[in-house]
Amino acid sequence: MESTDIGQRTALYEQHIDAGARMVEFAGYALPIYYDSIVAEHRLVRSAAGLFDVSHMGEFLVSGAGAVETLERLLTNRVADLVPGGVRLSFMCYEHGGVVDDLLVYRMDDDYMLVVNGSNRHKDLAWVREHLGDRTEVVDVSDETALIAVQGPRAEGVVAGTTGADLSGMGYYRFGRMEVAGRDVLVSRTGYTGEDGFEIYCGPAEAPAIWSALLESGRPVGARPVGLGARDTLRLEMGYCLYGNDIDETRTPVEAGLMWITKLDKGDFVGRDAIRAVKEEGPAERLTGLVAAGRGVPRQHQAILSDGKRVGEVTSGTYSPSLERGIGLGYLASGVSGKIEIDMRGRTVEAETTGLPFYRDGSVRRRK
Amino acid sequence: MSQTDLRFAKTHEWVRVEGNEAVVGLSDYAQGELGDIVFVELPDVGLTVSKGDSVTTVESVKSVSEVYAPVTGTVSAVNDALDAEPGKINSDAQGEGWIMKVEFSSPAELDDLMSSSEYEEFTKG
Repeated sequence: MESTDIGQRTALYEQHIDAGARMVEFAGYALPIYYDSIVAEHRLVRSAAGLFDVSHMGEFLVSGAGAVETLERLLTNRVADLVPGGVRLSFMCYEHGGVVDDLLVYRMDDDYMLVVNGSNRHKDLAWVREHLGDRTEVVDVSDETALIAVQGPRAEGVVAGTTGADLSGMGYYRFGRMEVAGRDVLVSRTGYTGEDGFEIYCGPAEAPAIWSALLESGRPVGARPVGLGARDTLRLEMGYCLYGNDIDETRTPVEAGLMWITKLDKGDFVGRDAIRAVKEEGPAERLTGLVAAGRGVPRQHQAILSDGKRVGEVTSGTYSPSLERGIGLGYLASGVSGKIEIDMRGRTVEAETTGLPFYRDGSVRRRK
Repeated sequence: MSQTDLRFAKTHEWVRVEGNEAVVGLSDYAQGELGDIVFVELPDVGLTVSKGDSVTTVESVKSVSEVYAPVTGTVSAVNDALDAEPGKINSDAQGEGWIMKVEFSSPAELDDLMSSSEYEEFTKG
């Protein structure tokens, strides 16, 4: 793909420019941060449906007789009992228990597809290669794969208008091959917004026609393109982590509260012993939800205080259009909860800890 | 009101002179750069400011921006409507989205500000 001043183009670059997107560089790609308004686009996804170009994500195909064994060693979640057509969320961790990346693993018949954060693509590929077992191959197909997400309570209808396949029977975290706008694609019922939705994997050359077909199909419900700005407010309202902010190589799944995808009772995997040790001792800090009481938006790196004493740091923060106040995630000393303060550029703003998700009316709950 | 009556600071504030008061806001260009404004901290009426002082902040979904005093003087009024409707800065930055009025003491400072066309050139560069 050609480059722009702010990164590589995705297959849908022209579509974003034509739609008036404000572009930004993300994971080495030029992507829309918003088209008209982050808040309006966020509300559109919560109420109807929006389309996201997430082609910056990385995709690897893992195959061979040794694939399951390799993946069981690399991933914190179970792989052997993942059935064809199933998807799972997992981590890959370092020996010391810190997170390499969070990713999705898809089981085809005997092959697997790993979908990784765009910003970690090269690091993750090297990591997988370093730990490749016998009779296993990994191929990076990221450049041959475009990815479109349709998210919102009306997403099923929008996608259904472009395919003859029956989507009503597709459960959450399941996928299948089908034709969309006459093109052979892989569609999974997955997403990062807390709403029902689908992610459509296609060849880059097909992406523009599929994008147009989805917009056309979505016209009656007002479906429009949505940028990365709303992608961030939507995921943060659900308390979903973003690698590089809320999780990184210095954090284990224990502190991040993500042990449900970390199976200490399966066979050995990279990082297992270190993670178990942290779990048994209890982590010094825990990832916690934060809600600002007054005006002010928590921002990454701001100090969290309790009775004037520093007890943690904000890792992600934004304005929540659903709650109409600032929200964030941060690591707090274990045991600290309730009323706290956040140091916002020298001004102390009252906040309090809260359970996750912040937003509890997402349509994804009705699919699970 | 003609937009060409406005003078602009390099820090993207605009000024419209009304007698001995300068009405101050953020430019339309600035609101476009900031995106959806969600909170505005309004300064206290009576606050004395020097040209170039950071007077208050405007918070958008993605970032925070300082608002600098384009002239020296005393804050004589603030736009309370921005408490409930900070989005006025997005929808009408150079009209209903005004932030404060400053009773200014040095008219010569106005000459340091750019004209509409100079500011347009400035934002292009």
